[in-house]
Amino acid sequence: MDIGILSQFVLNGLVLGVVYAMVAVGFTLFFGVLDVIKFSHGDVLMAGAFVALATFAGLQLAGIESPLLTMLLITLAAVASMGLLGALLARFLILPLKSAPPLNTLLATLMFGLALREAVRLFYPAGSNPKPFPRLLPTDAYSIGNFTLRLDSVIIVITGLAAIVALHLVISRTRLGLAIRAVAQDAETARVMGIDFRWVVLLTFAIGSALAALAGVANGLYYNEINFSMGLLLGVIGFSAAVVGGLGSILGAIIGGFLFAALQTIGAVWFAVPAYKDVFAFAVVIMVMAWKPTGLLAERSAERV
Amino acid sequence: MPARSATLDRLIALGALIAFAVFAGLFLELEEQWEIASLAVIGVAAFYVAGRSGLAARIESVTAAHPRLSPLAVMVAVLLVALALYESHFALLMLATVMLYVVACLGLTVQFGYAGIVNFAGAAVFGVGGYTTAVLAAHTGTPHLLILLFGGVMAAVIGSILILPILRTRGHYAALVTIAFALLFRTFLEVNDTLGGPQGLKVPGLEILGWSFNERIELDEDREISFFLSYVVVALLLAGFAWLLVKRLERSWLGLSLDAVRLDETAASVFGIDVARWKIFAFTLGNFLAGLAGGVYAMMIGYIAPTSFTFADSLILVSIVLLGGSGNPLGVIPAALLVVVLPEKLQVIQEYRFLLFAVLVILILRYRPDGLLPRRPRRYFPGDGG
Repeated sequence: MDIGILSQFVLNGLVLGVVYAMVAVGFTLFFGVLDVIKFSHGDVLMAGAFVALATFAGLQLAGIESPLLTMLLITLAAVASMGLLGALLARFLILPLKSAPPLNTLLATLMFGLALREAVRLFYPAGSNPKPFPRLLPTDAYSIGNFTLRLDSVIIVITGLAAIVALHLVISRTRLGLAIRAVAQDAETARVMGIDFRWVVLLTFAIGSALAALAGVANGLYYNEINFSMGLLLGVIGFSAAVVGGLGSILGAIIGGFLFAALQTIGAVWFAVPAYKDVFAFAVVIMVMAWKPTGLLAERSAERV
Repeated sequence: MPARSATLDRLIALGALIAFAVFAGLFLELEEQWEIASLAVIGVAAFYVAGRSGLAARIESVTAAHPRLSPLAVMVAVLLVALALYESHFALLMLATVMLYVVACLGLTVQFGYAGIVNFAGAAVFGVGGYTTAVLAAHTGTPHLLILLFGGVMAAVIGSILILPILRTRGHYAALVTIAFALLFRTFLEVNDTLGGPQGLKVPGLEILGWSFNERIELDEDREISFFLSYVVVALLLAGFAWLLVKRLERSWLGLSLDAVRLDETAASVFGIDVARWKIFAFTLGNFLAGLAGGVYAMMIGYIAPTSFTFADSLILVSIVLLGGSGNPLGVIPAALLVVVLPEKLQVIQEYRFLLFAVLVILILRYRPDGLLPRRPRRYFPGDGG
């Protein structure tokens, strides 16, 4: 295989990796703060992409033509609406189940994801068909041999990384981040110190869900197609990435995201049937779980009895 | 407890059984949408009232006091219902499907309700049984009973791939393992051409000792017994076997160990219970039951495809267990009846069934996390009335 095709695979893997990492960071964030898995995360991503699509249709009707403005507006709509949805989900489903067994929360959010998925399928106009997603990013391409560098891929990678870095800065440098970390470490003590527990939880869920919406828009722009069931796989991939990296660690989530994308790319190159790439990637994930049960960057914890 | 009250309780239990049988028969037979909808509402309301008034508890104490007689009575009742519907293919198919789902969900009950291993790949395991049966029945001359057994064994063997990661992980990490497997399984089936790919496989009908199940049985010139009746009998026997197995298991020291493992792994291991061994036991047994059910299901339907074993179907199996009351085998029966038959009969909601189940399960988790028939605390001396 020549270097051109190889770098092409690497670039495609990078785009996927950024999208996965954005989803995985959400999982890790929720787990860190509340020790819960919000399994509807992938479907929130899907819903975000659909909100963006609906906004796009609305803007077309309103006669707004500028791609840059459209781009900004649909992203904003997706991010804002999913941030709100995330906070509502935390308020009405996840916080009330806080004292229930963790699996109940897992199942409840899984079911919420299913409900979201079905709602889009049933109630979005012709929702069961794949929808074309508009090409809004500049598609200028630079070719060197077999390698084609498309500008939209570069923009997606840079935006995604910037979003993750920004989130990391918020968490490590701001007062809000301090509060989030405090709640993650010990919710009770954090409350005693005057941190509004509920607000922190709601904000964390809003931030994570907004990030998922961004990932959804990025995914739609990259593939130029979205469908109602794309969230399930993306959610499981994001979850796998977060778990493989080690739940609760942002760096782990990023590593996990890129690792999963790498596995898929290797799988696609390796097997004659490209669909085996997911089989391969998930099989490796199961093996990693057997080898390192709490992920590659395991959180250090001792169980007190 | 005074003897008079015990007799009364027995009568109540018998009455409840008859009522349930009539209900199930009507539910399967009726066609009008409003009739089915009102029946469903009446059924749920009756459940609620029975639970609130303590009637359910009395019935359960009777079944606990007669661990051999009560399942037999239920089986006779199911058989009577099936005989009453002997001409209707669809109703009998539904009845058999419900019972096979009951078997699969009893398997999940052993895993989730007893040992605390949540299995989000139930439909995949069910599918392993189905595909094994399909391949063996189409390509070998093995007797079909052996093939069904082999379907269960194969499900247990393939499930055992997951044992190591499940033992080493806990909680969410363990959930991921089964979820990943469920997705992997479906993708694998879709791209694997030897297993029929997305089109699936045809499965020959069941044949035991030269008796072909798919043959028509004619009574006289214009009446015939639906061939699904034979499948109902097989499914019923299988469900009876699974029921006895699971109930015996629950009562025995094995069940006690499983409960201990679920409730507190650390404490259980401190008391000398080998946590790993019991998890392997529960997981394998549960998969075996689900695989058996999958094999019979494949032969009954005559055709299997990857779309029948999706992650959403696995979620439906988990929902049945949870809806019935996790860890209570008795709860599985009404829950399976409701979840399997209602969307098939009520075409208005057919399209919306996943949405409705999702909402229903969320509401149950939120407001009644123990399910319709919550599991009662273990009683060490069944028969002495509590």
